[in-house]
Amino acid sequence: MANPLKPAERMKIPRQHMPEQNAGERSQNFKEVNLGLSFELAKTEASRCLTCASPKCVDGCPVGVKVKEFVELVLDGKYLDAAAKIREDNILPAVTGRVCPQEEQCEGACVINKKFGSVGIGYLERFVADYERQSGKIGLPAIAPATGKKVAIIGSGPAGLSAAGDLIQRGHAVTVFEALHDIGGVLIYGIPEFRLPKDIVSNEVENMRRMGVQFETDVVVGKTVTVDELLNEEGFSAVLVATGAGLPQFLGVPGENLCGVYSANEFLTRVNLMKAYRTGEFETPIFDCRDKNVAVVGGGNTAMDAIRSAKRLGAKNAYIIYRRSEAEMPARLEEVKHAKEEGIQLLLLNNPVEFIGDDKGWLRAARCLKMELGPADETGRRRPVSIQGSEYELPLDVAIIAVGTSSNPLVQSTTPDIKTRKGGYIEANAETLKTSKPGVFAAGDIVTGGATVILAMGAGRKAAKAINDYLSTGQW
Amino acid sequence: MTARFQIVAAHFLAPDVKLLRITAPRIAKHHKPGQFVIIRVNDTGERIPLTIAESDPAAGTVTIIVQGIGKTTKMLNRLEAGDAIVDVVGPLGKASEIEKFGTCVVIGGGVGTAIAYPTAKGLKQAGNEVITIIGGRNRQLVILEDEIRAFADKVIITTDDGSYGEKGLVIDPLKSMIAAGKKVDYVLAIGPIPMMRAVANVTREFKIKTVVSLNPIMVDGTGMCGGCRVQVAGKSQFACVDGPEFDAHQVDFDILTKRNAMYRDLERKSVERHQCQLEGMVK
Ligand SMILES: Cc1cc2nc3c(=O)[nH]c(=O)nc-3n(C[C@H](O)[C@H](O)[C@H](O)COP(=O)(O)OP(=O)(O)OC[C@H]3O[C@@H](n4cnc5c(N)ncnc54)[C@H](O)[C@@H]3O)c2cc1C
Ligand SMILES: Cc1cc2nc3c(=O)[nH]c(=O)nc-3n(C[C@H](O)[C@H](O)[C@H](O)COP(=O)(O)OP(=O)(O)OC[C@H]3O[C@@H](n4cnc5c(N)ncnc54)[C@H](O)[C@@H]3O)c2cc1C
Ligand code: SF4
Ligand code: SF4
Ligand code: FES
Repeated sequence: MANPLKPAERMKIPRQHMPEQNAGERSQNFKEVNLGLSFELAKTEASRCLTCASPKCVDGCPVGVKVKEFVELVLDGKYLDAAAKIREDNILPAVTGRVCPQEEQCEGACVINKKFGSVGIGYLERFVADYERQSGKIGLPAIAPATGKKVAIIGSGPAGLSAAGDLIQRGHAVTVFEALHDIGGVLIYGIPEFRLPKDIVSNEVENMRRMGVQFETDVVVGKTVTVDELLNEEGFSAVLVATGAGLPQFLGVPGENLCGVYSANEFLTRVNLMKAYRTGEFETPIFDCRDKNVAVVGGGNTAMDAIRSAKRLGAKNAYIIYRRSEAEMPARLEEVKHAKEEGIQLLLLNNPVEFIGDDKGWLRAARCLKMELGPADETGRRRPVSIQGSEYELPLDVAIIAVGTSSNPLVQSTTPDIKTRKGGYIEANAETLKTSKPGVFAAGDIVTGGATVILAMGAGRKAAKAINDYLSTGQW
Repeated sequence: MTARFQIVAAHFLAPDVKLLRITAPRIAKHHKPGQFVIIRVNDTGERIPLTIAESDPAAGTVTIIVQGIGKTTKMLNRLEAGDAIVDVVGPLGKASEIEKFGTCVVIGGGVGTAIAYPTAKGLKQAGNEVITIIGGRNRQLVILEDEIRAFADKVIITTDDGSYGEKGLVIDPLKSMIAAGKKVDYVLAIGPIPMMRAVANVTREFKIKTVVSLNPIMVDGTGMCGGCRVQVAGKSQFACVDGPEFDAHQVDFDILTKRNAMYRDLERKSVERHQCQLEGMVK
């Protein structure tokens, strides 16, 4: 059924709002902020699409989700078909619908974006994925006859999971090895429940188990078993390294080892993976933020996740300290908006240069400098420079450092014939994702450096295709 | 999730100090002295590090020796052969540096003796003369004496209350040894932080290479959280991947002491909360 509205009429419909928990309430709980579109809202939003002849939205999506087609299916009320359409290119729509930086990707490219606000592609993607999950009718794809070949995937983040999904469909036996005790990578230990409920991730993992993917947790490849052992002793014909960029970086300023200074990874791991916010049910402790001053240093998604978690743990003042201005913040727009609504205070153009402790070794304050934006640097962003004499002390009980991560080194350091480049990231061919070691492929953040869920998934799928080619031809 | 790591043997070595042997074939195969595992007892449990005291690659088992001091270690100490725990990850950390140094003094305080034991044995196998000093608050807390006597050239025991061996601290025999002109080439000290600091202070002026195994609070044990950072030679190091053994003369013990106390109140509450539950577990 075609859209009955004329294009001019469609453009008159305003972009629909996502219903959400109100800010006062949600900043006290870990439940999801966005509540999801109703059928009504979804239909209205879908009817805004101009069904362009050459849809820019598709080009804007790193994996080329057939946006126009799935949005039309939503308009027709064919939600399961819409979900299946997305799944042709993206196996985790319930995740990407929630966490993709849509404003830079599909929605940023949508033709009506500039004038009218783009079609709410992320919201619709989430809507159909949730509909599919709640219907209990996720169509598991057909599995090709067994090839007798075994593939080992190291790391269970989006890159590893998407590769596993594709490879199992082609009839290979797939085992995913994960260092932590739970599956999902950043989706499970980094991104908090209020943005991505863990049930959604475990549901997808469950589907993969049903398709036959084996998961082995508590295996640190490089320590518990090596890549060479997997290839030579355990009968795997190919290995995909998808270990991510999970190592925390610190600022390197004095006082960073005081009690109360955390890396965002530690803070978020305690909260998400170890469920420290559910005191009394789970054992892992977390600093009691109630009535305390908490600051996160950084401006990305990780920073927003950490400070909004601290707010939910009761922080009285919750600050983001960022050395550039709001325009340069790499976080998703929606997260910054939500954070501000929840009362997070942005200390922009500020930079901590020292953490100051009390006599018991506890953080007491941060010494900060005010900054201004100078000329653009090599990344094209204007470089922050400090303003002389602007130093001041910000009283703090907890400081969380979220200024980026670096490569996970354990596989590379124990497999020296895998070539790496600066920063320890693995060198892989852009198309085939082959590394310098025959039989070994690499995908996701461990190749690109910290990127996005959808890019990691796209890379995982590319690698799966190349692995399948390698296994069927035997040609390296 | 079902608990997949089976306990095949369990017995007390001292009050509150229990030996547990666990099936974990891949870890047993790769273990080297000085390395540890991270364990989680059940699905709501925390992740804690414990040194691998011994491994048997043929049987596919690793042995841990646990001192029950808080919620998780006390829960572990109530487990018996036939029980199972949900997670055992490893072997983690760098292996001990084992070379032919000459005369090695290995000092273990309390459960630190269990941590030092595999390395001491390794040092002996590498051809060193190994003198071991085992310290405990009292006779009951001196552990692994027989196991260590089986390979060590000399074993000295000290207790705080004099109920066994020499009365005093582990540094006393070390000091007298050095004063008597014994040439010591290498010291390994593992135990409570004050003890390790004291040993470092004794050996510093004699420029004896001294290594300590640090016990900061860990979460993942694989370098991903930075919670275990310690300050060594003025630089931050992650004990789980850069250690746990470090040059004793370069360690900032003050920072370690303070960081280890970070959750003391919360830990106390956890024990209180679970006291009844723990007591309920006693069969
Ligand atoms: C807090 C946070 C918030 C984010 N928010 C967003 C967002 O809103 N939108 C977005 O698009 N992106 C976001 N990102 C980035 C995104 O999550 C990552 O780019 C993506 O997860 C990378 O996927 P990956 O599969 O390459 O690696 P990861 O997700 O990092 O997974 C790697 C896995 O490998 C495991 N591993 C590592 N070493 C070993 C080993 N030796 N043996 C076995 N297993 C190993 C790790 O434990 C981990 O589970 C966020 C990242 C963080 C940290
Ligand atoms: C590398 C390493 C090897 C170790 N080997 C052994 C061993 O072989 N046998 C043994 O009995 N103990 C060992 N420990 C100490 C052991 O990990 C702690 O006793 C245990 O974590 C305490 O947990 P709990 O819940 O019982 O006590 P809690 O009451 O929670 O804590 C008591 C104290 O233990 C320390 N601690 C708490 N949580 C952790 C954690 N997640 N990681 C590290 N320390 C923590 C803190 O100093 C704390 O104040 C080792 C520690 C490290 C770092
Ligand atoms: S996967 Fe992400 S970028 Fe692609 S269409 Fe979906 S929300 Fe947009
Ligand atoms: S670019 Fe926008 S309007 Fe055009 S098809 Fe895509 S979503 Fe619809
Ligand atoms: S325990 Fe997390 S980095 Fe060492």
